[in-house]
Amino acid sequence: MNIKRKTFLSAIISVILAISGLQGYATISGDKTDSKPQSDNKRNIAPFFTPATKAKMTPDADGFITRWLLLEPISKPNPRNNVFTDSYVRTAFTTEYFPNQFTGIPKDGEKVKVGEQELTWHALESTKFNVKLFRFASGLGLEPYGVLFWVVTVVNSPEEMKNVRMSVGSNSGSMWWLNGKEVAMLSEDIHMVMDDFVSARLTLNKGKNILRGAVINGPGMSDFCIRFLNEKGEPVRNLTITCE
Amino acid sequence: MNRFKIISAAALLSLFLTETITAQIGKPFIHDPSTIMECEGKYYTFGTGGGGLISEDGWTWNSGAVRPGGGAAPDAIKIGDRYLVVYGATGGGFGHGRKGRILTMWNKTLDPNSPDFEYSEAIEVAATESDIEDCDAIDPGIFMDPNDGRLWLTYGTYFGFIRLIELDPKTGKRIEGNKAIDVASACEASTIIYHDGWYYLSGTHGTCCDGANSRYNIVVGRSRKVTGPYLDNLGRDMIAGGGKLVAASSGRVIGPGHFGFLDLGDGVQKMSCHYEADLDQSGRSVLGIRPLLWKNGWPFAGEIFKEGTYEIESERRGYALELVVDFVRMERAPGSGRNATEPIKPVPGQQLADVINTWPTGNIGVRNGEYLTRPHQRWTITAVPDAGGYPGGPYYKIVIAGTDRALAATAEAEVITVPAFTGAPEQLWRIDQLTDGTYRIMPKAVPGSEEKLALVSLGDRTPTLAKFDMNSDSSKWNFKDQ
Repeated sequence: MNIKRKTFLSAIISVILAISGLQGYATISGDKTDSKPQSDNKRNIAPFFTPATKAKMTPDADGFITRWLLLEPISKPNPRNNVFTDSYVRTAFTTEYFPNQFTGIPKDGEKVKVGEQELTWHALESTKFNVKLFRFASGLGLEPYGVLFWVVTVVNSPEEMKNVRMSVGSNSGSMWWLNGKEVAMLSEDIHMVMDDFVSARLTLNKGKNILRGAVINGPGMSDFCIRFLNEKGEPVRNLTITCE
Repeated sequence: MNRFKIISAAALLSLFLTETITAQIGKPFIHDPSTIMECEGKYYTFGTGGGGLISEDGWTWNSGAVRPGGGAAPDAIKIGDRYLVVYGATGGGFGHGRKGRILTMWNKTLDPNSPDFEYSEAIEVAATESDIEDCDAIDPGIFMDPNDGRLWLTYGTYFGFIRLIELDPKTGKRIEGNKAIDVASACEASTIIYHDGWYYLSGTHGTCCDGANSRYNIVVGRSRKVTGPYLDNLGRDMIAGGGKLVAASSGRVIGPGHFGFLDLGDGVQKMSCHYEADLDQSGRSVLGIRPLLWKNGWPFAGEIFKEGTYEIESERRGYALELVVDFVRMERAPGSGRNATEPIKPVPGQQLADVINTWPTGNIGVRNGEYLTRPHQRWTITAVPDAGGYPGGPYYKIVIAGTDRALAATAEAEVITVPAFTGAPEQLWRIDQLTDGTYRIMPKAVPGSEEKLALVSLGDRTPTLAKFDMNSDSSKWNFKDQ
């Protein structure tokens, strides 16, 4: 189903609910307590994120990395995702929007200036295996559509790991750099699917490895999921994840 | 006249380009081939009348195998470090009487040039008296039960029953006191294989030895016990003539017979046979090797891969192998509403010329993506002459349709396309149909590596080279005709 049709369908359903007086209320009529369902209207990043702590964190049971520094979205208006060709995505992600964009590790609360926008880095932990960028933006009351997200995390490896691969799913296009080297690019109007794209063989250094990424969104949902796989295709879990 | 010549040449060329390659190359002329044996890196099969064929790669076969004793329809099996060769000492049938004899003999090697090449004295394990009993002791097929190591031999022709006897795997002699069991009729060239808890008795049904008029076809029945009864898919006992078809005439090859089982491992099984007539090779009797597939517990012959233009679809998610190039959009239909009044007309699909100038000219990566019938997703696959092959097929080149841009393995064990096909080993591809009907695709060589790797979808969108795993859909591909 295309995005336009989805939006249209939601609008129709909203109208029907509003007319019938049911919108925002539970269907169990006897319950007089706060029966409003969780909805977008709350404009909160919970329950999708919690603030990052300094507690030891490993990838989750399936190897997904859930502790990230997320930059508030950079405006990049696009009415549709179908413009995200390889060339478009590469140009969008290799453009410098703010200083030290491709180097260093930002701090929680650090601000950057992108054109007229002043944007803040947030150190967060996703409560799901996937990082829901749309909910990050909308939860902060920011524009989630027609934007570009920058994300950073630090993958600490107890030893050098060769022939590891990075598995990515993203909605929509995305680009990823490990220790400054491009390791993945996903283009076109794609949805987030675990193990959608898997990188060429790469090496995780002993100690810190800086993983940086960018995800572009047009008029729809936006999220990503990332994990490392060993030579057998099994998730790598003996890593710790930090934001510094 | 000139016009006629041009048309004839074009027709001939068209024939070459569109016909399936259905048999081996070289001089694969043989009748009643034995099960194919691998010995010290070469392949061997023995035939009626003595001698047989040798192949370096399983694709190009020539005369050269040596088997004494003459007679008809030998078979062979490797037991430990020795080969046991069995044969019928008479020609059998055609009014020559049915005084048949089945003989066994050993050899340490099948290479006639080896100093170890020496057949032991032949031992008689079964015999029939002419016209006295309903059996003709020729056409032996030998089988070792993988469950208990017992050695069995079937023999016989249309003249009565196919019989089963037990041999001693240490000596090749018949087990003392063993009595023959009748297991089938109305067939010949029998042999047994074991698969997934069932014993399958194959036989060849139909008329033999009449060239392109031969009605030979291979059938099978199965049983939970090696001693039978062997029933077909309808429950008919092979004693009563039952049998489910495994292989029949097709294309330019007629009359497959004398089933032989060749398990290459990793889910690749082949069957050998002879075709009574290969119309592309003077109508002579030739060796055939075809994929052996299984459906609902029954074996059947697959086809040798057909040259053509295909979508190469990953069994993992169903995405298609494609170049990593910018997607070029096609114009959307105007006025797509239900009440559109514009006349309906066909619109052209996207052509190579529409997009090729947007592609880089050097190496281009590959990935898997949703198939949209676009030029960067359509691959033409053709056999490469003189590039050798493997049991059942030649090496192929895989290029983007309408171009010379070729799929190639890299030293990093990844897969890319190069601007032009050069014939390098990393640009040659082996294509084997697997027992479930999907395909394994392997480069002939990975630069700087001895590893045997296959094209594998590591992620939904990420093809790479990795060890083949029959239990993973990520290792399997389908070819969809375009």
